[in-house]
Amino acid sequence: MKKRVKTKTQLPLKNRWLLNIGAIVFLIAFIFIANQFLDSYIRRILNLCAIYTILGLSMNLINGFTGLFSLGQAGFMAIGAYAVAIFTVPLEARATIFYLEPMHPAISHIRLPFVVALLLGGLLAALAAFLIGAPVLRLRGDYLAIATLGFSEIIRIVFTNIQNITNGALGIKNIPTISNLWWTWGIALIVISSMVLLIRSSYGRAFKAIREDEIAAEAMGIGLFKHKVIAFMISAFMAGIGGGLFAALLGTVDPKQFYFTLTYNFLLIIVLGGMGSISGTIMSAFIVTIGLEWLRFLDEPLSIAGISIPLFRPGLRMVVFSLLLMGVVLFYRKGLMGQTELSWERIIGFFKKFGKKEGSQVGGDLSE
Amino acid sequence: MSNVLQLDNIVMRFGGVTAVNDLTLHVNKGQIVALIGPNGAGKTTAFNVVTGVYTPTSGKILFNGKDITALKPHKITQLGIARTFQNIRLFKELTVMENVLIAKHLHLKHGLFSTALHLPWARKEEKEMRIECEELLAKVGLIDLKEEVASSLPYGQQRHLEIARALATNPKLLLLDEPAAGMNPQETSELTHFIKNIKNEFDMTVFMIEHHMDLVMEISDAIYVLDFGELIAQGTPDQIQQNEKVIAAYLGVEEDA
Amino acid sequence: MTLDAQTFMQHLANGISVGSLYALIAIGYTMVYGILRLINFAHGDIFMMAAYFAFFGIAVFHLPWYVAFLLVIGVTVLLGAGIEKAAYRPLRDAPKSSVLISAIGVSFLLENLATFLFSGKPKAFPDFPAMTRVLEIKGISIQVLTLVVPLVTILLLFILLFIVNHTKLGMAMRAVSKDYEIAQVMGIKIDRIIAYTFGIGSSLAAIGAILWGMKYPQVSPLMGVMPGLKCFIAAVIGGIGNIKGAVMGGFILGLAEVLLVAAFSSLTGYRDAIAFILLIIILLVRPTGLLGEKTAEKV
Repeated sequence: MKKRVKTKTQLPLKNRWLLNIGAIVFLIAFIFIANQFLDSYIRRILNLCAIYTILGLSMNLINGFTGLFSLGQAGFMAIGAYAVAIFTVPLEARATIFYLEPMHPAISHIRLPFVVALLLGGLLAALAAFLIGAPVLRLRGDYLAIATLGFSEIIRIVFTNIQNITNGALGIKNIPTISNLWWTWGIALIVISSMVLLIRSSYGRAFKAIREDEIAAEAMGIGLFKHKVIAFMISAFMAGIGGGLFAALLGTVDPKQFYFTLTYNFLLIIVLGGMGSISGTIMSAFIVTIGLEWLRFLDEPLSIAGISIPLFRPGLRMVVFSLLLMGVVLFYRKGLMGQTELSWERIIGFFKKFGKKEGSQVGGDLSE
Repeated sequence: MSNVLQLDNIVMRFGGVTAVNDLTLHVNKGQIVALIGPNGAGKTTAFNVVTGVYTPTSGKILFNGKDITALKPHKITQLGIARTFQNIRLFKELTVMENVLIAKHLHLKHGLFSTALHLPWARKEEKEMRIECEELLAKVGLIDLKEEVASSLPYGQQRHLEIARALATNPKLLLLDEPAAGMNPQETSELTHFIKNIKNEFDMTVFMIEHHMDLVMEISDAIYVLDFGELIAQGTPDQIQQNEKVIAAYLGVEEDA
Repeated sequence: MTLDAQTFMQHLANGISVGSLYALIAIGYTMVYGILRLINFAHGDIFMMAAYFAFFGIAVFHLPWYVAFLLVIGVTVLLGAGIEKAAYRPLRDAPKSSVLISAIGVSFLLENLATFLFSGKPKAFPDFPAMTRVLEIKGISIQVLTLVVPLVTILLLFILLFIVNHTKLGMAMRAVSKDYEIAQVMGIKIDRIIAYTFGIGSSLAAIGAILWGMKYPQVSPLMGVMPGLKCFIAAVIGGIGNIKGAVMGGFILGLAEVLLVAAFSSLTGYRDAIAFILLIIILLVRPTGLLGEKTAEKV
């Protein structure tokens, strides 16, 4: 079951490149068309898919590839989101937004371009990961889960309380929004590519070694602490970027958005996609995001032939969502992809012999 | 002959239990030295002290004259001591090649960014790493299995792979913790050749814990015997075989092999 | 800000009472962790469900309080053991992270289920005049409840320690937590012992929920989240796996929260962060907790 069957028919390098280029051209054409012709609701969902892909990958890097159970994503996301919110909100709107307590003079006149604020958010999240990582990454697995979850809550509590920087519980509105797909999908593509490169590098192997067996990894000369901190910081950077895009998509941030249950969305994504699979995460991010939107009908009152079904009322969607998470963990533990990746060979093989699925091979991923 | 490893009066206590008491030994360059003793004699504890898994309660460990007491395991590996484990600890879900490549990570010259982004010079380094690993796998006879997942290998080959992985760190001293554990006579004799070959091929110094007396007596240059954490004898295989204390404590009750 | 003796005593009493509630919930965490090495993320939500059971028993079905309380404890025990059977037992041989995710899933499911069934709006917990009556002792005004809660906790602690140390069940529990496999070889029915452990932990959570409801008379689907997280932290502070430690950790956390906020009113907004900061400090200074034993991983 665990054995990876060697595919005898590996595509020639040239063909793979052609397919890769073809896929990218197709994607660009799709984004172009989507921007032109799709309505704002669907564009919004597609934007969200890209953002959730980034956050799913961020979480998978630390949980799936490095084997550290971290639940801090919502916190890192909040840092990125607030960086974008604080530094891109128009100067003239600030007085009306910060009406309870004016914005701190040190930052009240600083406005940054979106990209700079986005990067700043990522870097601040990585810095926070470094500071929190120093104490908590020495902890055993499950303590790490609680400590990171606690950290994510502390971030939220701090952001609720520093009124003159974050506007407290009122949040920040009027953030200039991005509504086309170029930003989110462009950045998602960059994140996916970097992730593929990272995982295929010596560092990626070192992360996987830590996941497989910490003691053996250490005995092979891999400094556990250093590599955990690196993985944690990269993951936080990605979450910060995702959070920044999230803020720019919604146009408003407030601390309640970053309640730690937000992290559970990304947990479902990586569990469903496969802990330790990049392509699985991407697929799953789309399935979960679109699924959550589609399930909204569950929260609406439903009547069939004039009889209203009492089951359908607000809250049902999240019940179904949590049952889904449970179901995947209990009955479908490896998720869609397990630790394997989608490759052209695999896709072609799938189409060639339809029902008869077999043969998986790491390599020839979507983006290289 | 120069001293590669030197243990001076090592004591290791866990709470009230003394696992290793006042252990002094040395391993000479180019030799195969065995540490034997009944189960629970403190052999693995001694290994864990040498490789930095435990910090000794007292005593000193010198590696090529350098004090390595209380260094972290990865630092000790970086200095040139590699080990295997009693109950094989491979990276089970990864391929044979990946297992060996991981052991090369500590020699990485380029930084995180060049490596992660596969910049040209890092690509070159990766290529060299792969060539070295393929050569190593060819030498130990695992090259045909390089794309197989480690856990799918037969038991004997998993042992070989674990030794190959340790060798990939380019060690000066190789520590083998019961390499023949759970092996049948056929596999054991293969392993005996394997270790001999490694010693010659890589000009390696080997320090090992082993229960299989045939193996120990055949390839060891020197033997130390531990019993209840105390060193009770040391010498050449012939001397040990005739030592009465050893016969009483160990050989007399020896069951496996 | 300085505190005069009277105000201090009042805060002290309050801190002890909050701490006792934390202790009751923390015991459930520590017992499950001791046996399964699992953070039962759902424990806080079992506590929440118990509060709803109590609300329904008394405010909706108008049962006499003693009947209601017994029913609440019984149903909560069934819930806890049921969760163990449905969500954790199938994963006994799975990697630890799968079980942890399952626990998170159960927690999330209970929260969402409660929101769906009982609506997200908080409900008022019935008033117990006998408990909320205010006593004046030497100028300190104190609720009866504030005195009752620590007494209940200490009493339950003694009963529990007796069970663990002097009964066959307790011996089996200790055996399972020491070495799972050997206990199995010795003929201990592991699944049954684990179910009992969940049952005991859940019963304490139920009692905690009833007392909590009297103290903070509001029931809502997310009421278990913060107490849940904090009580796990309390268990870690005391030394996870150690029952006395959990109680100690609960008291320390309760006192720290109440007294720090009382002494520095600027910390009011950060009250919920105190636990997490304590957690990080204790893990840095003494990762095994105050009463925990050091265990070395076998290599």
